[in-house]
Amino acid sequence: MNYNIKRILSLLTLFAAILVFSPRTAQAAEEEKSFEAGPFILEHVTDSYGWHICGEGDKSVTIPLPIILFDEGQLVCFSSGKLHHGEAAYNGYAMGWGDQKGSIVKLADDYSGHLEEGQMYPVDHVCKFNISITKNVCALFISLILIAWIFLSVAKRYEEHPNEAPKGLQGLVEPVIVFLQDEVINPSLGDRAPKYTPYLLTLFFFILLNNMLGIIPIFPGGANLTGNIAVTGILALITFFITNISAKKEYWVDIFNTPGVPWWLKLPIPIMPFVELIGIFTKPFVLMVRLFANITAGHIIVLGFISLIFIFGQMAPAIGYGVSVVSLLFYVFMGVLELLVAFIQAFVFTLLSAIYIGTATEEHHEESTELA
Amino acid sequence: MELIKPSFGLIFWMLIGFGILFFILAKFAWPIITNGIASRNKKIQDQLDEAARVHAELENMHLKHEEMLAEAKAERDAIVADARKISEKMYEDAKLKADAEAQAIIDEAKKTIYYEKMKAITDVKNEIANFSIDIAQKVIEHELSDKEQQEKLIEEWVDNCNLN
Repeated sequence: MNYNIKRILSLLTLFAAILVFSPRTAQAAEEEKSFEAGPFILEHVTDSYGWHICGEGDKSVTIPLPIILFDEGQLVCFSSGKLHHGEAAYNGYAMGWGDQKGSIVKLADDYSGHLEEGQMYPVDHVCKFNISITKNVCALFISLILIAWIFLSVAKRYEEHPNEAPKGLQGLVEPVIVFLQDEVINPSLGDRAPKYTPYLLTLFFFILLNNMLGIIPIFPGGANLTGNIAVTGILALITFFITNISAKKEYWVDIFNTPGVPWWLKLPIPIMPFVELIGIFTKPFVLMVRLFANITAGHIIVLGFISLIFIFGQMAPAIGYGVSVVSLLFYVFMGVLELLVAFIQAFVFTLLSAIYIGTATEEHHEESTELA
Repeated sequence: MELIKPSFGLIFWMLIGFGILFFILAKFAWPIITNGIASRNKKIQDQLDEAARVHAELENMHLKHEEMLAEAKAERDAIVADARKISEKMYEDAKLKADAEAQAIIDEAKKTIYYEKMKAITDVKNEIANFSIDIAQKVIEHELSDKEQQEKLIEEWVDNCNLN
């Protein structure tokens, strides 16, 4: 009985989704301009100054987010709604185009109002110190509050009910924490584990939660935070600094005088030390790229399937309807895959960070396996 | 915005945001959670150990109990056997004593009878002596009168003198 209701509900959801992504919308878009998948996808996986909820063109619903700039020693603050998705300027500030796409530029004159297409607007300079609350920054704040709330309430439960069976949220996160401690942190770090456990746990849950929020297509999800190179870069950079600052003597000996390597690889020309030195930087670089690429690629594939509906819808609405069923099935499949990837990437990032820190802080060097 | 060009704003907010999150969680969440899990693990382990210990103790007590039971049984058997022996001995003793007493009574009776008999015989002897003296006296008296008569008389008296 229950199973049947679930089946009917999922079918209804599928039909509703087909109607939402219907070629009718695509047709409406076609009347204005033909659909281009490339910019459409790129627009969805990159950052923006407003949080687009639904609709297209003039009918679109977007949450305008504040633009904060330090320009010429002055704090400039205004709503991104004033820029009309790059179609208007405000006090001489406008969204960059061409090479400056994504940044805020200052025009030569303090112009406010609509920017005509095809007209030349001379750019004075690009605003370098741009700390606008973009879509990703907003998503970052939401996720920070969510994570802080989850773990503070779980901690409260531990404090108020010590030595009791886990319940609710606690029961959800505790197995994950125990798994990370037993399988990732403690085996990699040994007796140094307590010192680095807070960072590694924060790292894991930050990545995991943002990966999952990124899969949700509607507000407050949908921002591609862990698929943003700045975010993954910062996380990798923190791991890089922790690794190299807390590194013991053996770590540097291994790099500059690698044991078990013929002397001629070290002496006249220091090939091995050079390779090892590059390794210090490639490890966090790979961390950064792996997470960024995995998450962004997943989103691009999903958006590709959605784009197919519009592309085919432009040919003929009937084909668009037909394709939408296939596209949605693939979308669901990709969603499940992305959920898996969300866990795997959070796990891999944490595991590799733990291993890097673990090998760097090892006191007594053993001829051990180095997972890199 | 560009896909592989990190934007300054996001780096800025990411550093601040992640830093604050790390600080808050490292101070108010992770130590409490990890210590809570460790403490619960320890408690469970302690209780398992305790249960195993109690179980072993119970087993031990059971063994001891059985041992004690066996000991008590053996003791009881010994006591019963002893009691039986003692009662048998007492019976024997009583029997022997009774026999001895009976023998003593018989001996006493025999002695008494013997004394009485001797006393009677002595009395009889004395009587006979007295009779003899009396007879002798009468004979002497009769001898003096008539010889024939005397003989007759002696014969008569001797006949009369029944020696029981």
